[in-house]
Amino acid sequence: MKRIVILGGGTGGTLVANRLRRAYRPGAVEIVVVDRDGDHVYQPGLLFVPFGLASTRRITRPRWRQLRSGIVYCQASIDHVDVEHDRVHFGGAGHSLDYDVLIVATGARLLPEETEGLTGPGWQKNVFTFYTLGGAEALRRALEEFGGGRLAVNVVDMPIKCPVAPLEFCFLADDYFRRRGIRDRVDLTYVTPLDGAFTKPVASRELAGLLAAKGIELVTEFSTGSVESSGQPGEAGRLVSYDERAVPFDLAVVVPLHGGAAYVDRSPGLGDELGFVPVDPHTLQAKVKPNVFALGDATDLPASKAGSVAHFEGEVLAGNVRRFLAGEQLAASFDGHANCFIETGRGRALLIDFNYDTEPLTGHYPGPVGLPLLRPSRLNHLGKLAFQPLYWHGLIRGRDIPGISPAMPARGKNLPAPVSPGR
Amino acid sequence: MPTVTYAGHDVTVNDEGFLTDPGQWTEEMAPQIASAEGIGELTPRHWQVIRFMRAQYQAKGTGPTVRVLGKTSGVTVKELYQLFPKGPAKVAAKIAGIPKPRGCI
Repeated sequence: MKRIVILGGGTGGTLVANRLRRAYRPGAVEIVVVDRDGDHVYQPGLLFVPFGLASTRRITRPRWRQLRSGIVYCQASIDHVDVEHDRVHFGGAGHSLDYDVLIVATGARLLPEETEGLTGPGWQKNVFTFYTLGGAEALRRALEEFGGGRLAVNVVDMPIKCPVAPLEFCFLADDYFRRRGIRDRVDLTYVTPLDGAFTKPVASRELAGLLAAKGIELVTEFSTGSVESSGQPGEAGRLVSYDERAVPFDLAVVVPLHGGAAYVDRSPGLGDELGFVPVDPHTLQAKVKPNVFALGDATDLPASKAGSVAHFEGEVLAGNVRRFLAGEQLAASFDGHANCFIETGRGRALLIDFNYDTEPLTGHYPGPVGLPLLRPSRLNHLGKLAFQPLYWHGLIRGRDIPGISPAMPARGKNLPAPVSPGR
Repeated sequence: MPTVTYAGHDVTVNDEGFLTDPGQWTEEMAPQIASAEGIGELTPRHWQVIRFMRAQYQAKGTGPTVRVLGKTSGVTVKELYQLFPKGPAKVAAKIAGIPKPRGCI
């Protein structure tokens, strides 16, 4: 019997395991999911924890319970993958597992220690991140005690998970301080390495407009070299860029550098310089060997590191694993499709939908009658809230969601006029 | 596309000044491009980065980002900013005659 080993039981790993389980007769293949811990976190929920709008308990469920029966779940830390001999080695007692197909779905790892001073005396005192359960919870307590001053939200460098999340944090912080009646005592600054609010021009303009309308200062092309903070109460800290600009803060919310999982670095040939796995952008087959695939945040693709991408990739990838095992040609059908709800505060949200070739545009999704794109709306906010049950019961269970296909829909979008031939 | 003359050769560049055809580039052009970017003299450390950028582009079809440069070129990010104060990946790519490194999303 062929064995498919899936490393990582998060969004991508879980939904691919469940899709493959449904695709084969019981007993036709062995599917093993490996993860180092037992907690599946609904990561979009982390954004809401610092503002008391979600609890860490409500966004966490056991990993094994999300897997369909017939899938083997193995909790173990991975030492390295021996790509040449099709074998995963585990830490500790020297156990290993052979595979016919390997799927890397171990996501991205936060690397706060790679930025000078970030994990220094101020870490978890006046310097926080909301990208972990512990960090989001600690930040919630710090925000409760924050009575005014300078709050800097900083992205150290790309790529990061959910590139819109730090912007959403700014919008929700504006809302939060307003509700507490102290917005006029808080200076909010968004400090980004990009040359605008976001990576893609149309969305960048819209989002910069929203920042300005909410009185949030935007500092661009800021390549964070170090974070200076004594951690002493009442003492300010500074973000310092490599070109020696400084942004002072009383409270800093920093999104640290990201890299691939640590075992990728220990697995010869598997990852790139940052530990992400190079894959074909359309088939998701790894460049290192034909029986290795990857999806989600773990890949080197120029797509967002977001759950929606893992979802759209999952359908293509599960089909390609089947084709590979059957000796058929792979389908080169993944188009880089991503979509995200962007909370803009006051019970509204934007929706963006894009792929490798088409930037986020205005219009409606998934067709002319649908959710408004790139425009704050109550409907989008409700969509974002409604998404969590859909995530647990539909998306990661490997079910198709009616009307939502992996390929990006062009219908409903205000596409730019085609360039006339000859130009 | 504008045409400019570096080291006596006409080359085409895009709106941001990056060579559109890396094949047109020669090492003799580098000091002139650098000087337009405010870099007076190219030291051996500059050249280490420029040659590394060229090699990476030839191997991978895209220039490395600052972070990858810092990890793999043998020059730290801090020193990269001292060598190319206006942004190492972008400026070094321009001097090396390769396209602007693809940003992440």
